Amino acid sequence: MSSSTMGNRLSKENVAFQSEADRPNTLTSGHRACQGCGEALGARCAIDAAFKAANGKIAVVNGTGCLEVFSCVYPNNSWGVPWIHSLFGNTPAVATGVAAAFHNQGKDDVRVIAQGGDGSTTDIGMGCLSGMFDRNDDVLYICYDNQAYMNTGVQRSSATPALARTATTLPVGSYLGNDASSGKNVPEIAVAHKIPYVATASVGNIPDLERKVAKAINIKGAKYVHIHVPCPLGWGFPTSETVRIARLALKCGLFPLFEAENGEVVGSTPIDDVIGVEDYLRAQRRFAHLFGKNATPDAIGILQNIANTNIQKYRLSGGVSDD
Amino acid sequence: MGALSVAIGSEAAGVRSYTATSSQGLLYMAEAVYNASGLNLPIVMTLGNRAIGAPINIWNDHTDAMSVRDAGWLMLFAETNQEAVDLHIQAFKIAEATKSPVMVCVDGFILTHAYERVDIPSQEEVDDYLPPYEPEISLDTKHPQAIGTMVPPEYFTEVRYLAHKRQIDSLGVIECAGKGFKEKFGRESGGLIHKYNTENADTIIVTMGSVAGTIKDVIDELNEKGGKYGVLSIVSYRPFPNEAVKEALRSAKNIIVVEKAFAVGIGGILSQEIELLMKDSNCEIKSVIAGLGGRAITKPMLTEYFLNNAKERTTFLGLKEDIIREEYKPLNCGKCK
Ligand SMILES: Cc1ncc(C[n+]2csc(CCOP(=O)(O)OP(=O)(O)O)c2C)c(N)n1
Ligand code: SF4
Ligand SMILES: [Mg+2]
Repeated sequence: MSSSTMGNRLSKENVAFQSEADRPNTLTSGHRACQGCGEALGARCAIDAAFKAANGKIAVVNGTGCLEVFSCVYPNNSWGVPWIHSLFGNTPAVATGVAAAFHNQGKDDVRVIAQGGDGSTTDIGMGCLSGMFDRNDDVLYICYDNQAYMNTGVQRSSATPALARTATTLPVGSYLGNDASSGKNVPEIAVAHKIPYVATASVGNIPDLERKVAKAINIKGAKYVHIHVPCPLGWGFPTSETVRIARLALKCGLFPLFEAENGEVVGSTPIDDVIGVEDYLRAQRRFAHLFGKNATPDAIGILQNIANTNIQKYRLSGGVSDD
Repeated sequence: MGALSVAIGSEAAGVRSYTATSSQGLLYMAEAVYNASGLNLPIVMTLGNRAIGAPINIWNDHTDAMSVRDAGWLMLFAETNQEAVDLHIQAFKIAEATKSPVMVCVDGFILTHAYERVDIPSQEEVDDYLPPYEPEISLDTKHPQAIGTMVPPEYFTEVRYLAHKRQIDSLGVIECAGKGFKEKFGRESGGLIHKYNTENADTIIVTMGSVAGTIKDVIDELNEKGGKYGVLSIVSYRPFPNEAVKEALRSAKNIIVVEKAFAVGIGGILSQEIELLMKDSNCEIKSVIAGLGGRAITKPMLTEYFLNNAKERTTFLGLKEDIIREEYKPLNCGKCK
């Protein structure tokens, strides 16, 4: 990854910790992720940032999915932190237990992270996640959102965007891929639980991602950070394009960056110059059918509307600023 | 699912952990049941044994326990409320010595909701019997390790084989925990099996859990009238104490297995295990499925069965034949004769 990805050419406060020589490399090289995996990048940046902010005292609970499978195949292990994988749908509950045990041992300084993919988080783990929020357990939950069940071959999840092609939402005839009226917005569901901290982040803005994770890890109670992590294999783009794709999602408004505390949105990251969704969509094979012979202008319009709504709702163009 | 998962997390972080479940809750957490044993986490869980729906039914039988009998947990069945108390204390000792989770099975309602005078040992006595828990591996920032990694075909068989060996080795640990308990608390509780008048019996009734009490009452009456009956109740259902059971059944000419669950389409589950174990003996083995979904197992029902020398291999005790006659229509694809 080039140093510009990490923000090295920007002002001092925007330099990513990930570009520093003393980054701890909590998810070390040699794992089995695809080239250009946004999830591997997001996890390394997030866990490194948490590690630094918690003085190296973190433990990680990982749900089943690409991240778990590519980082930990016996007898190899890419993690430099205590790490446990239990199941696909119980990660928040396992983390609750880990946090309770640390509390019982007088080790509240050891901070607990639960992490999983969007399928693990927004579908099968939703009950356990909501329970963890409801009890305000002292856990930071990080969702790496690559918008489908990648580990099992790109099946739709409730985080798959409108009209996207997945293995289970193949566009056929007038059916244009994932139903536009489906899906759920888990960051908003987290906000509705009025937990102390909720944020969205993206591998397209790593200094922002690091700042949010570092802030979240030391807050008492339940925290939720939802990270947009493009997947070259599932979305269909060259492996060198991961960060650019993530940035296009930010710039068009389809993935809004915001923070919320105790049920209220307290800030968002404005977009310098908003672009249309088409630039983002055209760059990915999962949306190619929207530009093919069955294409209708309405289809792009549906996605543009979603972006516009985000821009308005989170005041992404010249509204509430970051701080 | 959530409850056992929390215990998985806390046990993995090095703290002695306990939870309880029953019936549908056990099935809901089935994935986590296998996970806890696969991760060698010495969790103790009470199972208040109840039926599984549909049809929904909240009452006692052993279908829930039987559904996870191959999940790698150690499974102990309590006969009385006192034994339920005692087995929980022993369970932590056994779990931590074997690095296996232990399920203490306690008959739903019959034991879980019954008032009975029990002796609850003091904290000091229990602490003396059960030393502080020192996990071998835990989530420790000083020694970061990965727990629960993916294991490929190159190693999977070995992991499973070791689980098998460990489960069999646990027999000795369970026996020893029972002996240690008796030394400390002066009570006979736990162990692998309970024998009642098995030495000279012609007919031995094999069972598990609280119904052993009713059966003992019945055979006491029969033995007073010259009968030669004994009762063998299995405390350690997993691991299954093959040798101890065989030894206890040595004198039997007839074996009657009374159990509160069955494998649909096959028949009694414990019965099959006993049949397999006794395949080289000449004794007659009969299977009695009783107490399903809380149907009372009464002394007259048992007495009648024991005295009547049933011909059938399997009997559903107290089956209402009139309902069956009305509802049962033999299946036929329509083409076969
Ligand atoms: C209960 C259960 N159902 C299905 C699976 C199979 N499975 C493993 S990973 C996975 C998909 C993971 O998707 P996601 O959480 O989005 O993570 P990703 O691989 O995309 O990072 C599935 C379905 C499982 N392990 N457990
Ligand atoms: S399929 Fe996608 S998420 Fe999974 S390892 Fe490959 S790039 Fe990463
Ligand atoms: Mg995913």
